[in-house]
Amino acid sequence: MPSRCVRVAAACWSSNNADERPTCWKLKHNTRKLAIVPTNLLHNNNNRRTQLPTQPQPKCMEVLLGITGKDFTLIAASKAAMRGPTILKATDDKTRQLNDHTLLAFSGEPGDTVQFAEYIQANSQLYSMRNETELSPSALAHFVRGELASSLRSRNPYSVNLLLGGVDPITNKPSLYWLDYLASLAKVPYAAHGYAQYYCLSLLDKHHHPNITLDEGMKLLRLCSDELKRRLPIDFKGLVVKAVTKDGIETKPFDEDEKVVKDT
Amino acid sequence: MSSPFSINGGACVAMVGKDCVAIACDLRLGLQALTVSNNFPKIFQYGDHVFLGLTGLATDVTTVSDLFRYKVNMYRLREERHIAPRTFANLVSSSLYERRFGPWFVSPVVAGLEPKTGKPFICGFDSIGCIDFAKDFIVSGTATDQLFGMCESLWEPNLGPDELFETISQALLNAVDRDALSGWGAHVYIIEKDKVTKRLLKGRQD
Repeated sequence: MPSRCVRVAAACWSSNNADERPTCWKLKHNTRKLAIVPTNLLHNNNNRRTQLPTQPQPKCMEVLLGITGKDFTLIAASKAAMRGPTILKATDDKTRQLNDHTLLAFSGEPGDTVQFAEYIQANSQLYSMRNETELSPSALAHFVRGELASSLRSRNPYSVNLLLGGVDPITNKPSLYWLDYLASLAKVPYAAHGYAQYYCLSLLDKHHHPNITLDEGMKLLRLCSDELKRRLPIDFKGLVVKAVTKDGIETKPFDEDEKVVKDT
Repeated sequence: MSSPFSINGGACVAMVGKDCVAIACDLRLGLQALTVSNNFPKIFQYGDHVFLGLTGLATDVTTVSDLFRYKVNMYRLREERHIAPRTFANLVSSSLYERRFGPWFVSPVVAGLEPKTGKPFICGFDSIGCIDFAKDFIVSGTATDQLFGMCESLWEPNLGPDELFETISQALLNAVDRDALSGWGAHVYIIEKDKVTKRLLKGRQD
């Protein structure tokens, strides 16, 4: 449809040179001044999402493991605090206690992780103080998911992967919740985050049983830990292991001085 | 990164029968090729005869299902009656379009019976709320192509509740077996005028 363009071009041209009318109605590229709007003022064009706000996927080298059993939930987290290829600390604790019978383990973007976990911890403790009762693991998991989900659609979302383990104070039933940085929530019998998923889930598929005792749970963790030491290319400095039972949360001694399993 | 619609995987299908409707979903929750959970239902109930199936990004499946629970509860308090499936479909549509430029990454399916006439009602949506009314069946999720094929060949008009259960189950199970991102068992709801039957199907666990 050339006519409209030509007419516009001609109008601009004639206003510049009033006395000289073009004989040929041909569009000249430089006859019309373009209104160039700075891109930051363009309405919404950057905000039209066909994808999620792309953010770096949380670090995968950190190990988080969780196992439920008959009357307990075990949570294990790697002790290495990493920054790029460097290990900054070999005794890091990637867990926070939310209340007497709920534990949160986290991995992901450094800074985000502790900030988010302590925000959740503070709110959970505030709730316990105000209401003189404690939130159940299920209630806490849904609260955490809500916070993470609203953060996901904000300007700078938390990129944190979480495992939430606990024992319900009323029913004494153990539970484990798997949450990723997109705030997908799943209640699972056993779970892992990062590369550990690829090594440990298959092991747990084979060996886990809902009625295992705490000792059997620790043996399972050992199995997972050995496999990780054998297959992961970097040393994650061992695991912090915490057991949640109806009596509270207890740190379990775990392979303090055991050597890396070398043989396949 | 792949599309948000196919990160977690999942499939959902709804079908019309004679004075009944059926809606079914798989149970997988995955992270690309890795399966994280095999008990993640994608069908939610919002009234005696109103069901919503949500596939897509798992976080949005939960967020959107919670959002509609809130909206439907508010509707019920205000109107002092249950929401009708057609009304609910319009609520879904307008709620999704509110997020036109930053949508929820879900493909909803509504199935139900009209409260007065008892007529079957099903419809599907895209992620920004365009309604797709159908007389036969609606499919959504990562196994959409497979489900279309199965439904086109198995579905026929005026199926009774039992035949409809068989049809929708066969359609879903055989579709998800050809899709790597969905499967691991299924939930099937058969909705009739005076009863709703929920059945759990065991599918291939691989």
